[in-house]
Amino acid sequence: MLKSKKKVLLTFLALIVAAMHVIPFYILITTSLKVRGDFSSRWAIPEYFTLENFTIAWREANLGPAFVNSTIITFSAAVLLIFVGSLAAYPLARRNTKLNKAAMMFFIAIMVVPPLTALVPLYQLVVDIGMLNTRTIAVLNNVAAFLPLTVFLYSGFIRSTIPKELEEAAKIDGASTIGIFFKIVFPLLKPVTASVLIIACVFIWNDYQFAIFFLQSSDVQTLTVAMASFFGENQNNLGLVGAAAFMAMIPMAVLFLFLQKYFIAGLSSGAVKG
Amino acid sequence: MSELVGKLKAKTGFSRRKQKVSKESSLWWMYIPAVLFVTIFIVYPFMDGVRISFTDWNGFSQSFNFIGLEQYTRMFNDPTTWTVIRNTLLYGIGSTLLQNGLGLLYAILLNNSIKFRSVTRTIVYLPVIISPLIMGYIFYLFFAFQNGALNDALLFFGFDPVNALGNADINPYIIVLVNTYQFVGIAMIIYLAGLQGISKDFYEAADIDGASAFQKFKKITMPMLAPSITINVVINIIGGLKLFDVIVALTGGGPGNASQSSSTFMYDLYFSRQDAGYAATQGVLIAFIILVLSMLALWYFKRKEIEA
Repeated sequence: MLKSKKKVLLTFLALIVAAMHVIPFYILITTSLKVRGDFSSRWAIPEYFTLENFTIAWREANLGPAFVNSTIITFSAAVLLIFVGSLAAYPLARRNTKLNKAAMMFFIAIMVVPPLTALVPLYQLVVDIGMLNTRTIAVLNNVAAFLPLTVFLYSGFIRSTIPKELEEAAKIDGASTIGIFFKIVFPLLKPVTASVLIIACVFIWNDYQFAIFFLQSSDVQTLTVAMASFFGENQNNLGLVGAAAFMAMIPMAVLFLFLQKYFIAGLSSGAVKG
Repeated sequence: MSELVGKLKAKTGFSRRKQKVSKESSLWWMYIPAVLFVTIFIVYPFMDGVRISFTDWNGFSQSFNFIGLEQYTRMFNDPTTWTVIRNTLLYGIGSTLLQNGLGLLYAILLNNSIKFRSVTRTIVYLPVIISPLIMGYIFYLFFAFQNGALNDALLFFGFDPVNALGNADINPYIIVLVNTYQFVGIAMIIYLAGLQGISKDFYEAADIDGASAFQKFKKITMPMLAPSITINVVINIIGGLKLFDVIVALTGGGPGNASQSSSTFMYDLYFSRQDAGYAATQGVLIAFIILVLSMLALWYFKRKEIEA
């Protein structure tokens, strides 16, 4: 009897936690459904239904092009990360030479460097090479920022789970190192590749700190930058801000709800870096 | 999760196990592209930042002077530096304490086989994958002075509305709260994994000895969770000290510089105040603080783990 009472209490507690965490999203929805001039409480659901805020915000915040930019940047960066990162990790995991140990230490040391401290000179570098306001620079920067973690994850995985025997057999058959890597090793790296893909998707998609420095012109803006400038113009029109925020968060939220298990596993493996 | 720490130790070479040095070819050409990326976009700018911190460069002009340690003396005499350090530490350490406390409570609660537990986990975790900037705007709707949800509720219950985001005494704490709300899911998941790794035998043995729930928590749960605590504390500290997006969304660092963190202050110095040299000096300071704090945390909790 006591046990079931305890269970009811715990279930009730869980519901309170869930309710508390839902509040911001509830407010987001009621706010974005209310037209300008409706000063009724944010807690009340409007008595009418209109998507006016959404259509206005979509147009004025340039969310369409921003969505395309975010997608291109995130996807290209993820592909480059997977390619450059796995390639780098292979010798670091397999050949225990002094040089490779030093290289591994180099990548690990870089993980500790907080990227923001380098932003000022990095901005100057980007201006000097004439790549300010290009999607390319956003891709390159993000690749550099997540490479150490990627190399770290790949080399750990290769070392601990990929059997050497396969590669040795292929070597005897006369395969080249690069052939062995792409034909035999790379296909076996799927679990880490999935993690890297998810980490890249979440962090690069959501990035604002790099983007605000390098993507200020409106044709290359990502979702976060577009959102920030839209907020600057409509700070007093909360309905529009809410609608834009809602639309900006939807792609990642939907992806998460469908692939929850993979997201949590992927992000936990990256959590080591944070 | 302790498995994760084990792997970490093995990968980073922190374990005492010596590996044989191989005489084979290093295949170094395979990591040249990665080394180039990191050198050009991280190492070079980082070192250049140290150089700029010794200049009076304004951020765009061709000419500037090396002025020695002047920016550093300026930094230590600037009252804003102390506000910024206080806030940065508050964001870093405050969020860490809250996220770990709450994350652990949530994990213990949701480790029971009760109804709604997976839904609750999903709801708590969801904000982790949303952009902190957008999360900040969502909370702006909540805390806004004019017709924000908080004030609507206060008015409903007959209280005066508060200007939470415009009040320098309150808004740094709101920033901590929002950051905690957003990332408590990570701590929860890591603690859940840790809890699931503790064998039931320990608790059964303690039950036979007549241990109380608190004793079990203190003598079994906490020591067994030590690796999860280490990971969480280090991630949360690093994340909190770097805080940028949420502040931009909620307060823009204001009023004045009252809620400014190192990141937002540097951004302001560089873009709004054309003070690149000084921005770089602030960058060197925060790099140093982050380095020292994360090393300290790592060292402290590693020692705890060994004791436990």
